[in-house]
Amino acid sequence: MTPLLAAEGVTKSYGGRIGCSDVSMSLHAGEVLAIVGESGSGKTTLLRCLSGHLPVTAGKVRYTLRDGRHVSLDDLSEAERRLLMRTDWGFVHQDARDGLRMGVSAGANVGERMMAVGDRHYGRIRASAVDWLTRVEIPEDRIDDSPWSYSGGMRQRLQIARNLVTSPRLVFMDEPTGGLDVSVQARLLDLIRGLVRKLDLAAIVVTHDLAVARLLSTRMMVMQQGRVIETGLTDQVLEDPQAPYTQLLVSSVLQV
Amino acid sequence: MTPVVTITDLAKTFHLHQQGSIRIPVLAGFSAEIGAGEAVAVTGPSGRGKSSLLKLIYGSYRATGGAIRVWHDEDWVDVATAAPREVLAVRRRTIGYVTQFLRVIPRVPAEAVVAEPLLDRGIPQDTALERARHLLARLGIPQRLWHLSPMTFSGGEQQRVNIARGFAAAFPVLLLDEPTASLDSANRSRVLDLIEEARAAGSAIIAVFHDDTERRRACSREIALG
Amino acid sequence: MNPPAYNFAYLNEQTKRMIRRAILKAIAIPGYQVPFASREMPMPYGWGTGGVQVTAAVLTPDDTLKVIDQGADDTTNAVSIRKFFIKTAAVKTTERTEEASIIQTRHRIPEARLTENQILVFQVPIPEPLRFLEPRETETRKMHALEEYGVMHVKLYEDIAHYGQIATTYAYPAKVADRYVFDPSPIPKFDNPKLDNCPALQLFGAGREKRIYAIPPYTRVKSLDFEDHPFEIQTWDQPCALCGSRDSFLDEIVTDDRGGRLFVCSDTDFCARQRGEA
Repeated sequence: MTPLLAAEGVTKSYGGRIGCSDVSMSLHAGEVLAIVGESGSGKTTLLRCLSGHLPVTAGKVRYTLRDGRHVSLDDLSEAERRLLMRTDWGFVHQDARDGLRMGVSAGANVGERMMAVGDRHYGRIRASAVDWLTRVEIPEDRIDDSPWSYSGGMRQRLQIARNLVTSPRLVFMDEPTGGLDVSVQARLLDLIRGLVRKLDLAAIVVTHDLAVARLLSTRMMVMQQGRVIETGLTDQVLEDPQAPYTQLLVSSVLQV
Repeated sequence: MTPVVTITDLAKTFHLHQQGSIRIPVLAGFSAEIGAGEAVAVTGPSGRGKSSLLKLIYGSYRATGGAIRVWHDEDWVDVATAAPREVLAVRRRTIGYVTQFLRVIPRVPAEAVVAEPLLDRGIPQDTALERARHLLARLGIPQRLWHLSPMTFSGGEQQRVNIARGFAAAFPVLLLDEPTASLDSANRSRVLDLIEEARAAGSAIIAVFHDDTERRRACSREIALG
Repeated sequence: MNPPAYNFAYLNEQTKRMIRRAILKAIAIPGYQVPFASREMPMPYGWGTGGVQVTAAVLTPDDTLKVIDQGADDTTNAVSIRKFFIKTAAVKTTERTEEASIIQTRHRIPEARLTENQILVFQVPIPEPLRFLEPRETETRKMHALEEYGVMHVKLYEDIAHYGQIATTYAYPAKVADRYVFDPSPIPKFDNPKLDNCPALQLFGAGREKRIYAIPPYTRVKSLDFEDHPFEIQTWDQPCALCGSRDSFLDEIVTDDRGGRLFVCSDTDFCARQRGEA
């Protein structure tokens, strides 16, 4: 079975400095992979390489398109790549302000992707926006409000709705619960968990929080200094860590 | 009896880098065979790796050596060496695991926690929830709690939710780690009934029991460690 | 014979060539914003420096020039630009739409149907229709190149969500020749239908932003809209108070400080002709 996304020897260097080095991985439909590591370990760089936001220095990222073609992201034209990002992929930023259009209403934020793929029926776009806001537990009467008036947790949920409206098959998340209160985090994690299952989404979640990784992911990749030092099932990595650094990471957490 | 789990020369040593790089051997040269419809108790003094053995079979611990072959989808899969994706498939359809403590997921209602293994197999939501409620009722969880997150439940209630979850999908292989530990006698008896039914239906059961009486009632054979 | 002290129509010949090349490119790619090396003009930005450069580049001694501002020939901006060309090019000028071969305009398209023998030159403050939602020029160029125009509808969506209708009334975005979305300059959306299939050549000059774009004669120009909220032009409850026209764009004129007001044609030439004055 061809994986949805596969990386072979992905390396990103900034001059002499290594962002991430020689990373290979594969992800199948419906799988959630967590990339963990402390700040500066290269996990966000890797995520940006995998999601086509950063050109790689070496290596390849391949993706299986809806028509079944398994293509290297480099071989896609920029137009195709951008279309992929707006339709088949989602990207949830740590800071919702990077992922939302803060100048327009919540409804327009959700509807934008539909309009981007050619939907020209206001009523239909609006109905979808209502539906998605409800699914991410945002009251319908907040649809015309600006995201500026939303709380951190609501903004994050709005960002998720905005990404999911085109039924993507793969969602990249960069610290999706970073900077949120613990109670808000729990709600968001539960929501993401439910959506991933219901929509059979594949996801790659970058986080430094092992509890988030435990709740969301089935598999884990541990990074240190730009390299993947350990991979495995999430419970394997957390309960029986092998690498010295992973053991340190796991033992440093109060309770996961 | 057809074997469904065959363990050959299994070894497990923990290597703790953060604690002076010490090595703690837990299992070495362990072999066993468990057949369908058989309930086997793992015995031995505490600290001799009873729970570790269950985790090794489930794939939560990585074997240092040896093989753990599980009959899955008409084929043998060696959990000790299988790729994560294969292990996940084995967990989805073949091996169930009832841990000592329920890992509580915030906000998810008890009935959904129990139905989850069924949903993972693609069983329709209605059917899955019906089965989940049936089990919760059998284990004496009052109906008013079914829609609530087990986060607020008592230890015993949480454990019963955990057991219901383990028994929801009739797994061909079921790992039970002290399933009755925090239960009163009425509920213990209900759990033992569930074990007996699963065994009769052809499941292979590998269990760790604290209590000798219960172990003898539930299991026909013992595997001694240490 | 002594050579003239100054080149015809203010611009030196090199500059004219440069601007004409930009115009030709703009005509070749309808709706595409062609960058050009906009010159300093003897008037402030915002007074039509882009339009003046385009007019100067296409103007010939045989042309007849009309200049309007908000439809009127007699407003400051129109008067000063007209005088500028009288002085620097000594061309004939007119206030009659059908007599003009070049019409430079700010914020209106004349009511009279234009002909193949005419060029309409628009003064443009902000040529980039995507600017409202995407401030980065690198990004808007890419969006044009890849025809990523979904975001334009986000703006229209916002209008309907907040006002129940598309409330954008001027600088209403449209798509040229089924390819480029463009900003027609701050003309009222009432004028958008006149852009479509127009026999005259339409040129747009943005001096501060250094862009020229064009709609060649008889080019399809479609205003953006939703299927269930189609494009509509403004309508008035009353006719022009002066000429009685019901199908021209009307300006509101306050007549006293007791709430008295009149609605009259914004196109002064059209209004005068309707009244039979000219």
